[in-house]
Amino acid sequence: MNSPADTSRVTSAKIVIAGGFGVGKTTLVGSVSEITPLTTEAIMTSASEGVDDNNLVPDKATTTVAMDFGRITIDQDLILYLFGTPGQTRFWFMWDELVRGAIGAIVLVDTRRLADCFSVIDFFEHRKLPYLVAVNCFDGKQLHEIQDIRDALQISQDVPVMYTDARNRESTKQVLIKLVEYVLSMRRTRTVGVH
Amino acid sequence: MVLGGDEPTGSLVRPYAVTRGRTRPQLEIALEALVETTARGRSGQFLGGREQKVIVDLCGGRLQSLAEIAARMEVPLGVARVLVADMAADGLLAVHEPTGFDADGGDGSVGTELLERVLSGLRRL
Repeated sequence: MNSPADTSRVTSAKIVIAGGFGVGKTTLVGSVSEITPLTTEAIMTSASEGVDDNNLVPDKATTTVAMDFGRITIDQDLILYLFGTPGQTRFWFMWDELVRGAIGAIVLVDTRRLADCFSVIDFFEHRKLPYLVAVNCFDGKQLHEIQDIRDALQISQDVPVMYTDARNRESTKQVLIKLVEYVLSMRRTRTVGVH
Repeated sequence: MVLGGDEPTGSLVRPYAVTRGRTRPQLEIALEALVETTARGRSGQFLGGREQKVIVDLCGGRLQSLAEIAARMEVPLGVARVLVADMAADGLLAVHEPTGFDADGGDGSVGTELLERVLSGLRRL
């Protein structure tokens, strides 16, 4: 019935949703996901700095890191996952796995707590993962100018910064579209420039 | 474990007990890798325990990612990875690893085409 050849082209993709604690990551995921956001937990030892050392001894596990995620079926054979990252940036171990192979990331920002996302942005820049900044407007209030936010975050003019309402499906959809467009434009520039 | 009836819930056992203490999977599986039950898995003859039955049922309908399997079984990701890897090695499951978008990985056009499909899919939402 289902020979392996029928599904050999099946593949998936992921987008990372990052941001400080309580900024609305799960709300954003839930606004477009076809499933109620799920939570999965990874166990890690207290000494997990060694990214390559997967050889965790379960008895020494001291921490579980939870992350929420949602799913969008793009096509029968292509499924997009949205992974909300653990707010705490000290869990580099988990982050590495999260960003590996990702299309890019959305840094969800609360302008009242801009500093919460400094380390996240540092990490994405270090890993060369394309990202955009989405400013979550609680109660629809746009309290800051885009340029002020850009200056405060010290990010380049190329990085898209936009307002969003994480509760709103259409708004979240626009953020996702913007990210993928941005990644595509970066690839085209790179291809023209390098090859 | 998400199992109905009178099964105990909560972490009464150490998470890696169901993998007999093994923490390293037979193959690395991405969070978003899609898992599908094979005909051999569906036949139900070769299943080695309660967890395998749950996974075979879970992935017998629509495709499920490793992350979904872990979440729906309420086991840590690492545990789900060991279980799925074992079952894939036994031919009970097929694992579809993500194609990836790495432009430097040689064939950048594959990634670009995939991105364009994601983009048009998002626009249709």
